[in-house]
This record gives sequence, structure tokens and C-alpha cells, in this order.
Amino acid sequence: MSRLLTINDLVLEGRSDESWSRIVNGVSLTLDKGEVLGLIGESGAGKSTVGLAAMGFTRDGVRIAGGSVEFDGIDLVNASANTKRNLLGKRIAYVAQSAAASFNPAHRLIDQHTEGPVVHGVMGRGESAEDGIELYRRLRLPNPEEIGFRYPHQVSGGQLQRAMTAMAMSCRPDLIIFDEPTTALDVTTQIEVLAAIRKIVEDFDTAAIYITHDLAVVAQMADRIKVLLKGDEVEEATTREMLDHPQEDYTKSLWAVREFQHAEKPLAPKGAVPVISVRNVTAGYGKIDVLQDVSFDIHEARTVAVVGESGSGKSTTARCITGLLPPRQGQILLDGEALPPDYRKRSKMQLRQVQMIYQMADTALNPRKTIAQIIGRPVQFYLGLRGKEKRRRVNELLEHIELDPAQFAGRLPGELSGGQKQRVGIARALAAEPKFIICDEVTSALDQLVAEGILRLLARLQDELQLSYMFITHDLATVRSIADEVVVMKDGVVVEQGPKTEMFTPPHHAYTDLLLSSVPEMDPDWLDKLLAERGVDNIGDAAVDKM
Amino acid sequence: MTCHVPGVLKIVLQRLALGLVTLFVVSIVIFVAVNALPGDFAQVILGQGATPEAVAAIRRDLALDEPLVTRYVGWLGAILTGDLGTSFAQLNFQSSLGGGEMKTVASQIAPRFANTIFLAGVTAAIAVPVAVALGVLAALYRGSVFDRFTNIFTLSSVSSPEFFLAYMLILFLAVLNPMLPSLSNIYDGMAFSERLRATMLPALTLTLIVLAQMMRMTRAAIINLLASPYIEMARLKGISPMRVIVRHALPNALAPIINVIALNLAYLITGVVVVEVVFVYPGIGQLFVDAVKIRDIPVVQACCLIFAAAYILLNLTADILSILSNPRLRHPK
Repeated sequence: MSRLLTINDLVLEGRSDESWSRIVNGVSLTLDKGEVLGLIGESGAGKSTVGLAAMGFTRDGVRIAGGSVEFDGIDLVNASANTKRNLLGKRIAYVAQSAAASFNPAHRLIDQHTEGPVVHGVMGRGESAEDGIELYRRLRLPNPEEIGFRYPHQVSGGQLQRAMTAMAMSCRPDLIIFDEPTTALDVTTQIEVLAAIRKIVEDFDTAAIYITHDLAVVAQMADRIKVLLKGDEVEEATTREMLDHPQEDYTKSLWAVREFQHAEKPLAPKGAVPVISVRNVTAGYGKIDVLQDVSFDIHEARTVAVVGESGSGKSTTARCITGLLPPRQGQILLDGEALPPDYRKRSKMQLRQVQMIYQMADTALNPRKTIAQIIGRPVQFYLGLRGKEKRRRVNELLEHIELDPAQFAGRLPGELSGGQKQRVGIARALAAEPKFIICDEVTSALDQLVAEGILRLLARLQDELQLSYMFITHDLATVRSIADEVVVMKDGVVVEQGPKTEMFTPPHHAYTDLLLSSVPEMDPDWLDKLLAERGVDNIGDAAVDKM
Repeated sequence: MTCHVPGVLKIVLQRLALGLVTLFVVSIVIFVAVNALPGDFAQVILGQGATPEAVAAIRRDLALDEPLVTRYVGWLGAILTGDLGTSFAQLNFQSSLGGGEMKTVASQIAPRFANTIFLAGVTAAIAVPVAVALGVLAALYRGSVFDRFTNIFTLSSVSSPEFFLAYMLILFLAVLNPMLPSLSNIYDGMAFSERLRATMLPALTLTLIVLAQMMRMTRAAIINLLASPYIEMARLKGISPMRVIVRHALPNALAPIINVIALNLAYLITGVVVVEVVFVYPGIGQLFVDAVKIRDIPVVQACCLIFAAAYILLNLTADILSILSNPRLRHPK
């Protein structure tokens, strides 16, 4: 095998205010032709920055401060802009995390596909368009002849991600950087994209750097894995070795994350009045029904996980319960009494009992208010506490969520980490002293270790305060660790519901089975086995069904 | 997949209806505001030594003594039939001198308005392409000497008084280098090229005034998009910086640019009195100012209504073009 890429002792610096600080401390890696290297780490590990630096590219506010990047004998650190432009897209291509944001909304897919080959003089427009259609076919996109003539907003996320992979392939590059290409996708869609990427990389013998935070995913894709932590190398080994015998403590801790398990609670006694009862709810926006006849109960001190792909109606159900979206039909009962459908008609007491924690703690907290003000607002609004009493209660809540009041009360959200912000979100929900909290994908924007901390906190609060949770998630590992009961939704309909243990033991509803089997496992052969089991063609068909 | 005409058409019709409602409201505001001006035609025309009887006689002749609402309804009704009324000055002279041909407001305004539109059109034909091109180049070379020079130049030209710019242009292009006429002698039946030549100096003056805002908005709208993931993607495809901006950023920056262009075009139709005076250009602005001076209410109202309609129509066009520049609306799912 011949060497394609050599990165030696690469140091990258990022600008904060007026000074430069290190964000990557001397990372080295090598890549042979046709080889796939997995780059793994939490957010802030510097993996995307390293991935871009491998293309000789840095984002604004980042600079290469030391080390070398050599691609096929070309020194990318010192190369002129022109030299790099001749390589980018042509010999080194990039697949971004969010295809929806990385396709230009103003142009058709095929025009964006052919742009690279035409600009680089690899192929003419017509030839490249034909080649694009062929690539779409290989990547099992539905209607390959016609899909290229759509605009990005007319194509689903999983399809766009495959179209972007096709675009990266358009000049037949020697190296592709995949930057978290499946992170934003549902598990079922993720499989299609993973299978497509792996197939095409093998078909054309392309080398790749696959960047992700998901170990199970990288195990399917990479020949070798390199672990990064806060800009430092932790260790590197072949995939099997890394999975079987991780050497460093940090790597082992990554492996162990999914082991948290909230003790299972006994079933609610027969005849007990549920805290929240969703009864035959049908709701939607405009003329379209998003939910159809949805019913389930949530009992005291229990957690009901609502799972399903994006668009299945999970969040719409939450909007109905909170009264933001009055249902067309059906009722929401709180302690057996019907709640007014519109939150404006609900009493303060009723509003207080139903609280929410949001997915993006970043956007859910007012950036101009201090933590004490954010938590103090519901304390004053719902409980009428003021002055010293309010301050005491806020401090108590901060202690509940394991943040030191002396240190955090006066800070702004911008001065907190992602996990700490989510804790503040939890404290704000607790401030109303509710019975019931809706957790909308509360851990999906967090790294695994941090997410686990949040789950532990929620479990502890449930045990102490007898809270009921509705846990909206698409992550089945989270369901396994925290849920008592599971509600599976698809296209606005509940397809299966029951206690967790029952749901995770066969026989399942066909859709539950698809969801469960689509969660990547920490076994390098998992994807092969699964594809063999399903028959590769089924994946293509599933994609066509989604049209 | 196909272009969704009914959807866009519906939006256009909605905006059009909304525009008409706005125009109606504006007509009330104009009428009330114009009638709230201190003094009326009778007082202004008769001067300080007027006897109350003479003032009352003129008021009676011109129906100025009727209640406001009656006059408004009459005015609006006439407008709906296309009649903008007759100038007070004309009416008054006719009643005192007798006979003679009577000019309606419409026939007074029409040639002046045509001149204004011509001037605005010539200015737009120069200013819009130059502004967008300068904006694109400034965005491409942001932070460079060119960028700073363009910014300083356009900002100083927009900050200078209009008459100053006009006289500077006259000095350089008419006096020191006699290339263009310093007075805009416009008459009926003149050749297009002659007319263009006569209009050139006022058009250049106005170009200097409207350039800055359009150019700076183009630059800002493009730079605003340069942090988008799809721009990064284009760079990572090895596309040249110029192509990144023209092909990947500009199409997505059109909506704010179109809106600023529309506002500036509206200014060209309604706010160019100073330039008209300097170049003695027979546009609608001078007519309007003269009418205000003698409280010739029918002319003032007609001019205001035309200005309002121009604003509404141009903004409406900008709205529709912005909608059409968005592929999400042109090609729904």
C-alpha cells in the first residue's frame, strides 16, 4: 500500500478575543490509499478541525501553528491557495454533517454535483450529470434519473446525505473526509447512509477519514480508529483491537457509558389514576393531521419514553399536552380531570403541573439573564416567592442539580458548558414544583458522558420528588437506561406500547423491530450481518417507501 | 416538481389587495394632512390685504367651505372615475378672467411625471448594476484597500448635500470639460439620444446619492452568508472566491438587496426636488413644491397620491421578486 496522507505533529490554534490558544496539540496520523481511519472523540476534541486541516483548510479564527500536512507529496500547510484549490473537490473531497445546510438552497442537486467536475476540468457538464445519476443509483437513491433535478429542500435528510456523498465522489477523489455524516439522522435512515457510504468507498477504493462521536458507527466504517480528547491524541489501534482491548482509561470510559440503568419500578397499581392521560388525541397543523387517535397514560413517578423517527409526531404530542397546540379531537387529563385544550385557558395551578425541558439548552435559556434570574422567574410566578425567600429557593434548586449556587447564580448562560446549561433547564422546570415533566430529546445534543450525568440526575430527582416523565427520544440506548414504559410512534400513530422489558423482548411489532435492530452495536460485523439479514435490496425499498 | 404557479399567484394577489387597502388609508391621511396646512388657497392668493368677503367668495367658488368629509368623498369618487380634478389656480383665473382653455390636474401632471420616470429610469439603469457590482467586489475583497475606498467614496457621496454634488458634476463635466449640458432642456419631440444627454448630469448626481445604500446592502447581505455551511462546502469543492460569491452567495442574498433597490427607486420618483431645481429639470417635484406654496390642493393631493402609489407599487414588486428569488416558494415540496 502506498502512503496518501501524512499529518505530523499538527498544532492548531483558535482565536478567542485577541489571543490565540491551542485547540489541537500535536496530532499525527497517516493514511494509505484505500484505507478508512475513524477519528473519534467528544465535542471539543478537535476532530472536525483536524479533518479540515487534512484538506489544508482552516475555518475563520483557526490557524495551523505547527506541524505538517502532506498529501501525496504536496505540503498542504505551505501550499498556495491556487494549489489547494486544484486539489480540493478534485482529489480531496468533504462530506459535511448537515447535508441540508451544506447544499446551496438556490441550486438543483445535479447542478451542484456537476460544478466540481466542470470547474476542475475533469468532465463536461453532460458527462458529469450522467455520472451523477449513475452514482445516485449506486447509492440507492430513489428515482436516480429525476432526483437530481430537485432543490435541496425537496429531498429528505437521509437522501441529501447520500446525494452529498455522490457529490464528493463526482471527481473520483483519492480521499474523502466524512464529518459526522449520520449524526443528524434517524437510526433507520442512518443504516441506509452507512451502507451506501461503505459500499461506494469500497467500490472506488477511496481512502477516507470518518469523524464521529459514535463508537458503534465508527466500528462499522473504519479499518483503524484514533481517539482524541481535548485536542490530544489518546490512542490509536485497528478497529478490532480498539474494541476488544482499549488501553487508556478514557477510551474505556467511552465504552462503558451505556451501562447506566435506572432501577426498574413496579407497575402502577390497577385502577390508579394516571398523572397524565392522553385520550384519543388527533391534532395537526393547517389541514394536515399529524397525530391520529393517540392514547397513553403516564403514572406517578414513572417514565414513559416516546420513541420514533423524526416526523413521527413525538413533539406534536408534547405540544398537545402543554396546550400549545389544542387537539382537534380527544382530551388531555391531569389527575383524571380534563385540561382545557388551550394553555391560555388553563389555571396557574394546572400550568404549574406540566413543565418542559428542551433539546437545545443553548436556545432555551435567555442569554441576557443570569442563572438566578432564569430559575427565579418561575419561582416567583408560580409560588409567589420574593426577595430572600426566592433567593433561598433558587439556591436550593441549584444544589438539587449539583451546581454550586455561590459559583453559578450570577453567571450568564454563555459562561456555562452544554451539560451545565441543560442542568439549568432542569432546575427551571423543577422551580414550578410540577408533577410531570416533558423531556424533549434532552440528551441528544450532549456528549455521551455528559448525557449520562443528566440521565442520572433526572433519575435521582424522580426518586426523590416522585416526578413523572415523558421522555421524547430517538435514542434507544437512552430508552433502555431510563424508561419504565415505551410508546412507539410512526407517522402520527402509536404502533406499540407497553412496559420496557416487554418492548425489548421479541416478538415486536414490525416497526419496533426495525427501530431496535437499526441501533448500531459495538461489533465491527454488525452492519454486514444486518444487511445480510435484511437483504441489501430491502434497504433500497425502504428508501422508496419513504418517498 | 413543477413550478407552483397557483401558490405564487395567490401571494401576489394578496399583496396587491393589501396594497390597494394601504393606498386607500394613505388617501385619507393625505387629504386630512393637506387640509390641515395653515392657510388656504383663498388666503394665499389674495395676500395680506384681503377682505373677509373676497376670501369667502373664492372659498365658495372652490367649494372650500363645505365640510371635510363631503369634500373627501367627492374627491375620492372623482379619482375612482379617473378624474384628478382641476387646479385651483386654473379655476380661479378662469372665473376672474373668463374663457380660455382649462387644464385638468391630470394633463398638468402627466408630462412632468413622464420626465420624472425617465430620469429615475436612467438613474436606475446606471446605479443598480454599478451598486451591485461594487457590492460584490467589496465583499470579495473585504478588508482590502479597494473595499475601504469604495465604502469611503459612497458614504461621502451620500453624505454630501445634493446641490453640492450637482455643482461639482457641473464644474467637472460641463464647465471644465464641456461634455454634457449643465441645464436639462427637455422639450416635446426631442430625439432619445438628445434627451438622454440632457438627462445625464441629473442622473449621475442621483446615482451618487443612491449608490451607497444599495452597494453597502449588497456587500453586507453577501458577507452575512459567507459563514454558511454551503459556502464552506463550495470552498471545499475548490471553487474560486469570485465564483463562490457570485454563484453561491448572491442568489441567496437577493431578497434584502431587492428591497433596498426598491426603496431607492421610490426615492428617485418622489424626492428629487433639489436636483430638479439645480438642473432646471421639468419633473414632478417642482410642480409639487409650487402647488404646496399656493395651497393648490387638487395638485398637491394628486402628487401625494402618485408618490404613495409609487412607493406601494415598488415595494410590492420588491416583495414579489423576493418571493420569486426563494426556491422554497417557487418549488414547494
